Amino acid sequence: MARDQLTAADLQTSLMRRVRSHTVRWLFMTAATVTVLVSALIIWTVASGAWTFISQVELTKLTDIGWFPRRGLFDLTTLLVNSVQISVIAMAVAVPSGFGAAIYLSEYAHPKVRRVMKPTLELLASVPSVVLGVFAISFITPSILTNFFSEINFFNKLAAGIAVGLLVIPLIASISEDALRAVPGALREASAGLGARRVTTSIRVVLPAAMSGLMAATIVGFSRAIGETMVVTIASGGGDTSLFNLSLFESGGTLTSAMAALGLGTDQVAGNNLAFQSLYFLGALLFAMTLVLNMAGDVIVRRLQNRY
Amino acid sequence: MTSDASVAPAEATPGSPQTRIDVSTAGHHRDDAQTVFECSGVDVYYDDFRALRDVTLEVAEHEVTALIGPSGCGKSTFLRCFNRMNDLIEGARVEGTIHYHGVDLYQDEVDPVEVRRRVGMVFQKPNPFPKSIYDNIAYGPRLTGVKRSELDDVVEGSLTRAALWDEVKDRLKMSAYGLSGGQQQRLCIARAIAVQPDVVLMDEPCSALDPIATGRIEELIAELKTDYTIIIVTHNMQQAARISDMTAFFSVQPNELGHRTGELVEYAPTSLIFTNPDDPRTEAYITGRVG
Repeated sequence: MARDQLTAADLQTSLMRRVRSHTVRWLFMTAATVTVLVSALIIWTVASGAWTFISQVELTKLTDIGWFPRRGLFDLTTLLVNSVQISVIAMAVAVPSGFGAAIYLSEYAHPKVRRVMKPTLELLASVPSVVLGVFAISFITPSILTNFFSEINFFNKLAAGIAVGLLVIPLIASISEDALRAVPGALREASAGLGARRVTTSIRVVLPAAMSGLMAATIVGFSRAIGETMVVTIASGGGDTSLFNLSLFESGGTLTSAMAALGLGTDQVAGNNLAFQSLYFLGALLFAMTLVLNMAGDVIVRRLQNRY
Repeated sequence: MTSDASVAPAEATPGSPQTRIDVSTAGHHRDDAQTVFECSGVDVYYDDFRALRDVTLEVAEHEVTALIGPSGCGKSTFLRCFNRMNDLIEGARVEGTIHYHGVDLYQDEVDPVEVRRRVGMVFQKPNPFPKSIYDNIAYGPRLTGVKRSELDDVVEGSLTRAALWDEVKDRLKMSAYGLSGGQQQRLCIARAIAVQPDVVLMDEPCSALDPIATGRIEELIAELKTDYTIIIVTHNMQQAARISDMTAFFSVQPNELGHRTGELVEYAPTSLIFTNPDDPRTEAYITGRVG
């Protein structure tokens, strides 16, 4: 035999290579750990700040005439109602047009049209929210809403809701379109074969079959709407205070805009009352709300999927 | 709009297989049989690709017509011409003429939706809707405006006709997806006949089923023949031999450009096709030497 006897050393890799692969592994693990740690840190900061607030605040101050943190009045109803009002308006705008766009793209549009339109739609999602906020006060309110409602405030919840809706349309349209396209073509053929027109097939077969995806789109959209800050701060939040009112034509702060105002105004709010701590409390509240919303969405989606 | 040349089979291009067989005068059909479909010179294109060439044949009422042939010979494509299902495919184009009870199916005034209500279809894979058994059957009748009070009867009648009623009558409100493959396919047949069509097209309805389920569907087809005209595409020659009255054998030959365009080789009573085929290509196929 020409070859020498094989030894274990022949099959060993070099020290250098072993060190390198260990280092790489260690780097990736660090990156993963850091993200988890940062998340945990955020939750801990928010939770402990919220705890400081809730353990020191007089509970009667949590239900009062409005949100006036510097005067020690923290009416949560005001912010919650405004948040929900604006999000509902946003959904009223975004769900019909988002679903409509999705149905058009998935069921009607020529492939060539879809290839251009879907990326364009998704591009809309990258319009900065501050632009939409400015759009609300420079166009939606003065050029449109004042024509219909003469008594409308320059800063108002309706315009904020519409602008948030515009922001959410691409998100809902895109997720819905994916859901509709995932419906097997065989079902469309079955429906057409029975003499259904395309619109009937879309409404009675494709939409119900994609229901779980459409629900998911709606819930993700709602989460996005309720968490939207900049549009609301510019178009409706106005200052850092807010008197309780139900009118859509009046300004009103939301959970998010109140947080933004508190975050900006630390020099004003860092005093002897609990204004600064309330920021954490609102953050925790918002976090809990979106968490519950997403979990509820998950349950609904799974239940709909299991039905058939 | 049809020119004489495209209607009369006798004037088809010399050398094309159809010239040997003049169905209308061959006396193959029952004497009182009415013609339901009259196809002449049918070509089907997908964009520039010609999938099917110059098909001329007639389909008679209350008969089972089988379309057989190797994969890619255009038999499913041809089947989809009868209810204008090809309209749904981007770039698909049908040339030549298909008359349905004397009406040109492809003239401008014809609404494909109306055609499909008269010419139903059962697909290769069972494709029930993700709805209850009841709602699957009621889907078509609801489209045509059948009254709610009559729906129960329509559903029961259709399921009975499709030999499925006894198996599902206690779970009509349950999902159709809970049924076995064979039951799902009978459900699809029941769904198709619930709109009381004139013709039922079947595109390899048994190819996804086991032999027992296939046997049940074949029995069903034999029974449905009394009320419906049936055109069935099948890969299974024994099946064609068992259930059909007429058989059309399609074949495909690559042309000089390598394109595979299907054509009708022979159309004759099933008993003739399987015992004494005219064309050597048919014989090669049915004896298993080709395909």
